[in-house]
Amino acid sequence: MNKRVLIVGAGIAGMEAAAGLSSLNYEVLLFEKDEKPGGHLKNWERLFPTQRLGSEVLEFLEKGIGETVKLISNTNIISAEKSDKNFKVVSDKGDVWYGDALLITTGYDLFEARKKEEYGHGIYDNVFTSAELESLFLNKKELLTHQNKKPARIGFIHCVGSRDKKVGNVYCSKVCCVTAVKQAIEVREKLPECEVYCFYMDLRMYGMHFEELYNEAQEKWGVTFIRGRLSETAENIDKSLQIKVEDTLLGRPLRMTVDMLVLMVGFVPSKSTTMLGKEVGIDFNSNGFLKTMDEHTSTNITGKPGVFVAGTCTSPQTITNTIIDGRSAALTIHEWLSKSGTV
Amino acid sequence: MEQTGKKAIWQEYQKEIAEDKYYYARSCIRQNFFPGSEHAFLNILRNNLKKDLHDDAKHTTCTGIGYHSDVVPMETTMTVVARNFSLMTEAGYQNYIPSCITSFGLYTEIIETWKHFPETLEKTRDFLFKATKRTFDLPNNLAHTSDIIYKFRHEIAAMAKYKLVDVHTGRPLRIVDHIGCHYSKMFPEKGVGGAEYPYVLAGMVEAWGGETIDYPERRHCCGFGFRQYLVKANRSYSLSASRKKFESMQPYEPDFIITNCPGCPYFMDRWQYVIAETEHKVYGAGGKAIPVLTYEEMAGLVLGYNPWDLGLQMHQVPIEPLLEKMRIAYNPAEKYLGVNGKDLGKPVIPELFKYQDE
Amino acid sequence: MKSKDFGYQAIPPRHIDYDKNDRTLFYFLRRREPSISICFSCGSCSATCPANENTPFSFYRIMLYIRRGEKLQIAREINKCMLCGKCRLVCPKGVNTRNVILITRDFLNSGGQ
Repeated sequence: MNKRVLIVGAGIAGMEAAAGLSSLNYEVLLFEKDEKPGGHLKNWERLFPTQRLGSEVLEFLEKGIGETVKLISNTNIISAEKSDKNFKVVSDKGDVWYGDALLITTGYDLFEARKKEEYGHGIYDNVFTSAELESLFLNKKELLTHQNKKPARIGFIHCVGSRDKKVGNVYCSKVCCVTAVKQAIEVREKLPECEVYCFYMDLRMYGMHFEELYNEAQEKWGVTFIRGRLSETAENIDKSLQIKVEDTLLGRPLRMTVDMLVLMVGFVPSKSTTMLGKEVGIDFNSNGFLKTMDEHTSTNITGKPGVFVAGTCTSPQTITNTIIDGRSAALTIHEWLSKSGTV
Repeated sequence: MEQTGKKAIWQEYQKEIAEDKYYYARSCIRQNFFPGSEHAFLNILRNNLKKDLHDDAKHTTCTGIGYHSDVVPMETTMTVVARNFSLMTEAGYQNYIPSCITSFGLYTEIIETWKHFPETLEKTRDFLFKATKRTFDLPNNLAHTSDIIYKFRHEIAAMAKYKLVDVHTGRPLRIVDHIGCHYSKMFPEKGVGGAEYPYVLAGMVEAWGGETIDYPERRHCCGFGFRQYLVKANRSYSLSASRKKFESMQPYEPDFIITNCPGCPYFMDRWQYVIAETEHKVYGAGGKAIPVLTYEEMAGLVLGYNPWDLGLQMHQVPIEPLLEKMRIAYNPAEKYLGVNGKDLGKPVIPELFKYQDE
Repeated sequence: MKSKDFGYQAIPPRHIDYDKNDRTLFYFLRRREPSISICFSCGSCSATCPANENTPFSFYRIMLYIRRGEKLQIAREINKCMLCGKCRLVCPKGVNTRNVILITRDFLNSGGQ
């Protein structure tokens, strides 16, 4: 009988690992708490740096899991343990499954913008998160202020909940800079009259074609980048927003009115990641993500034999990295099951 | 969304405030700036709320002014504070309530320091004993006096003679609440409602029928500073900070400003005078300046105290338009009479501040 | 009405008031010399600038003043450039620095038309 791998979380990493393991003839049970697989990818219309549709990547991943992977959706796995030779996972409804190896791909949650009280999310109507803006794009909704006005000026705030020791996240979330550039361009495409500003501390355009996208944003789309971190948001009497930053390249404070503010919220370990990590008893790294055996050479292996990890439950990652990591996890699990064969 | 969002934040910043038996620590400068306020606080607590409160003539400054002007070292400050705590201990009280915001900030800072560095506390005990042969207990509860009024805001509302409403139109009064920086900017968790959207004064306004204004420069310092007003050459900074706030609040046409700090009401009141005299500008609706009240004065008005007993004649910006709005009875002839009818003399009133037939 | 003198007065705010500033020159320049948009403030131009050696003069800062509409600063700085062209050689993004200076001078000399 084929060996069975349990994968918790049918986001990008879980789906891609499932596809890999399935093509290596393992029986794969892929658990997903939502109705449909795809994780956060379902919420993004277009992807950086190419502006291709997120749905295309989702189609690719769905094709991978095809008919052979057993997707068990609407199922929230709340505990996982080693039981004799097997792994046992239990859902919140009390259903139980067994397998020979366990892969955790429970991903990230978006940083809760409200925690940056001074930025006014959840208080001032025209403060949005990057995810809320993307949802407008995805659902083909018109980009309007809360007062149903076409915005004349929009500000993007980088590093919200990232590189911020005060909120407990010292790390860079990696994808927000380039997402801001992508969304800034999209705003300019949709509203050619609207001025767009990005407020950043450093622009981290590390990926292939990211720098070109940044260049295009400036040259073709007239997006202005101002180096300075938002200190506070306040609301004007007409419900537009007053923002205060230090223009650090000029060494002077700068004050600007914007009609909408978009907060580029970063990654935090998802609730499932934290919960399952504790349940299984694997270690966390200093940033609260799941710890891998070796940051360079063993990114899918945990301290517990037979328990593997992939994707953004271990660190903020781009879609490209997550797909690679999922595929790599499939191979790592295959190696382990072929060699030891038992737990 | 605004109110729901703020309420969620307010929920997270609740602090413990003692119910009764307070040791009251006066402010150095409030007694001179707005002498009626502290007196009103004592009256409200004792006569209206029936609380036990010890007003001690023996306590001294906390040295806050000196400390923040770099003329008193921290060790001295701690020892002086320790002596005040010792007086509280001696009087048999455990709940320390300073009237000054900077004192409150400084006491909080010192107690936190002692918590994290017990050896500093021991050193302070040693200093105090060597200097005075005194010992002391730390307060069980430290709260600012505005926290106390906030705690009993609903009780006060139940006894209120007046509401914060323009009786001519029925419109709730639009009130700017200004929180002293040292109330919660240093320790957000020690302030009711936190530092970004403090609730301590907003809660009073809400309970007494008014409406608070969230204007762009709400969080900006009034500019009181310490060396910024102590040294005449630096006063421009102080003035400019207040001016920025006035300009920012102007479009909302506030009926008045309330504060919980010694310096803020003083400077927001006096700088309006300076601006009126130098730039011929006022910031209230209808070509009037904006009255600035302390929260005790506001509570006193709501409870029906005589405006002149509250010391409202000590304000530079005339308070009468507000009294008219709330239809509070007052006798113009008694405005400049002090305790026991003593004539205080009438100040020169600048053209832009003149009220009716003055 | 007579103004009183208290010996001190309010100071104008130091902040860049983006809403009030006039950025006509920037929009004009962007049409005439689009490479102004791609400067990323690396500072190579200023590091090599002979004018910056003896007097505070910084090309990338001028670019920022132009973008922010800080007209007084632009007028104060723009004539310090000696037009040697070294900045254009070092610029990694190919900004036509000389042209930016020349157009700006023209613009200011013609009264900002």
